[in-house]
Amino acid sequence: MDFETIHYSEKDGLATITLNRPKAYNAFTKEMNKEITKALKVANKNNDVRCVVFTGEGKAFCSGQDLQDVDENTNHAEFLRERYQPMLKQLKDTTKPVVAAINGTAAGAGMSLALACDFRLMKPDAKFVSAFVGIGLIPDSGMMYHLPRLIGYAKAMEMTVLGRPMTGTEAYAVGLVTEVVEDNEWDEKVNEFTQNLAGMPTKSIALVKRYMMDSMHESYDEFLEKEAYAQRIAGQSKDHHEGVLSFKEKRQPTYTGQ
Amino acid sequence: MSHQLIKVYEEGQVGVIQLNRPKVLNALNRQMVDEIVEQLEVYDRNPEIRVMVIKGNDKVFAAGADIDEMLEDTPLSIELTDPFAVWDRMTLIKKPIIAAVNGFCLGGAFELALHCDLIIAGEDAKFGFPEVKLGVMPGAGGTQLLTKAIGQRRALEWIWLGEMHDADEAKSLGIVNRVVAPELVEEEAMRFTHSLAKQAPISVRLIKEAVRAAGDLPLREGMRLERKNFYLAFDSEDQTEGMKAFVEKRPPNFKGV
Repeated sequence: MDFETIHYSEKDGLATITLNRPKAYNAFTKEMNKEITKALKVANKNNDVRCVVFTGEGKAFCSGQDLQDVDENTNHAEFLRERYQPMLKQLKDTTKPVVAAINGTAAGAGMSLALACDFRLMKPDAKFVSAFVGIGLIPDSGMMYHLPRLIGYAKAMEMTVLGRPMTGTEAYAVGLVTEVVEDNEWDEKVNEFTQNLAGMPTKSIALVKRYMMDSMHESYDEFLEKEAYAQRIAGQSKDHHEGVLSFKEKRQPTYTGQ
Repeated sequence: MSHQLIKVYEEGQVGVIQLNRPKVLNALNRQMVDEIVEQLEVYDRNPEIRVMVIKGNDKVFAAGADIDEMLEDTPLSIELTDPFAVWDRMTLIKKPIIAAVNGFCLGGAFELALHCDLIIAGEDAKFGFPEVKLGVMPGAGGTQLLTKAIGQRRALEWIWLGEMHDADEAKSLGIVNRVVAPELVEEEAMRFTHSLAKQAPISVRLIKEAVRAAGDLPLREGMRLERKNFYLAFDSEDQTEGMKAFVEKRPPNFKGV
């Protein structure tokens, strides 16, 4: 695939989206928002892709919106609607697990992107920086939605309002990242984690994604009905049959995501 | 009767009509609407059938009306062919009609769904009237049926802007009865429909007539119609059976007579 601001590759069931503007610490431009949205669509359509990974080229994961695109005439609402909402909605509609491999600073909307993923792996000294309130804005790109759901309201207020940077080690302690990975083991461990996900029953993971986040603002009755739908779908999946069969036959299951 | 643009099959007491022009996202043309309405009338007269379902496929209900068909129309040509008149016959169907909707349900297809009594939609369903963007407007009941369903202000917003609305919004406004997983639209629609088919058929049809009248008639006339239908129900064997079963604490066995 030909992209200018990202690098996209598919290998062994993994689609990797590498934010690729290292000189600007991988800051978002209009083009990058678009290309990420497109790459997510491509990955989603391909049945061979079982897991999607975001990472950043160079030192940073993503430094957020490129401020060169913003001036006093910017309509911030239109900006979000046109650039970020399509990307965030596509991310939510992605029916495979999405992992943020946070190799360096994730600031502003770059942090929001990491929060919108299903799992986060992070280097111990990489940093989350909410940044928005520090320049008189509000945390956007879904951050106010995801963050309190991930770590609770009190911690979310601290991170967003006080704007204190949080290292990978600290983020692990509050449950915001799944694994902290040292620099020298980075590629190997990220690959191991994501390959493992790609080999899992990804259809049921997609159903978990579809209903678990929403369960946090739905009534119990509504949720229980959706749970019944999801289990009905999972119960008819090839992976479920394989799971049961392999258990009976006392062997390792081979899942296909179907 | 032969069908070219729809598929028809029966499952127990449920008659199913499937829109079948998958190559053009089931775009509704005049022949297709004719076939749908004729089949509904056949099912309405068939004593074996208690409920009808109209559905598309697992990707799309129908993307709208067939635009190509309308390109050559002049006011006089459509006055003379009167292509929308057939829709009036759909309002005369006495048995319940359930729409099962996946994906796009736009324009003429949305009108078809609004002509149904209930709508079961997938989370992937999209409803709307995009006609305004083509310099026209809904013509098969959209302005009337949507307005009755959601009120003038909302209806104007939907029809003026021509935007698509998702299933949850449609449900919150009362257009859609149930929103289910996209993969399960057909299954859930059939589950619902089979349970509806177990209700006393005479009651079901008299209720449909009375409720539909509520959208049309002044209150006093509606009340009068309801009362007549209530009295009429007492002429059915199912009324005797239903009340007897209730007293005897057993499930009723309704026969539709």
